[in-house]
Amino acid sequence: MADKKKKNLPPDAQEYQAFQKQREVKRPIFKNCIKAFLVGGFICFIGQIISTFYIHFFNFTEQTVGNPTVATLIFITMLLTGFGVYDRIGQFSGAGSAVPVTGFGNAVISSAIEHRTEGFVLGVGSNMLKLAGPVIVYGVFSAFVIALIKTILIKWGGL
Amino acid sequence: MIFFWAFVVGGIICVFGQIMFDIFKLSPAHTLSILVVSGAILDGFGLYEPLIDFAGAGATVPITSFGNSLVHGAMAEAEKHGLVGVVTGMFEVTSAGISAAIIFGVIGALIFKPKG
Repeated sequence: MADKKKKNLPPDAQEYQAFQKQREVKRPIFKNCIKAFLVGGFICFIGQIISTFYIHFFNFTEQTVGNPTVATLIFITMLLTGFGVYDRIGQFSGAGSAVPVTGFGNAVISSAIEHRTEGFVLGVGSNMLKLAGPVIVYGVFSAFVIALIKTILIKWGGL
Repeated sequence: MIFFWAFVVGGIICVFGQIMFDIFKLSPAHTLSILVVSGAILDGFGLYEPLIDFAGAGATVPITSFGNSLVHGAMAEAEKHGLVGVVTGMFEVTSAGISAAIIFGVIGALIFKPKG
């Protein structure tokens, strides 16, 4: 798509784009990946501590403990987001704090807090899922397609 | 030992996300959507459950587990009620993530004031 757009531009604009690309600040990809690995790993490590706690004291199994762990992590995220700490972690770690479920919680909670001045129904209610919407929409749709295919294969394909 | 694997596997999934950010220049929304879809696909092939057994929270905490549990809920219900179950069972397992995000979102909006 980007190439198509480029072809329609006048020659001097193409020249400018090449020049701009050459001058663009290179992202420190390797360093960013290390940061993302450390922070993301650390969040999952905390998640594992919470999971172990739930397994030992509330009789969850390894497969079902995901739910209470996720809920607890989102609660912690609420506090961190409210006090403005999560944004700083996010700036440092990039995907490390966005990919774990805490990033999903942060997207929901921060837009809820941000839009409260517009009122609780039209502000908080309608803007809350603005950033997290795509995740839910495509998660649900792809899960639907996959579960549909799998069910048909199991029922009539003799899988 | 599971603490170590949780750290490593969770970290690796985040590195995938970071690579999509930096090398493919995707927006966070695109990246997270792709990760959720790939989690769903992995569960479709039955690969995600072994990963949870192996890495614990390293597999359940990243957003990929969201797609996994959506498929899980749909499949569990589909076994009971056939094709209708695919639609009705979708949120059975995942509800915690979404409901917690919404509940704490509203509570957060009640307690905290926007900054800056």
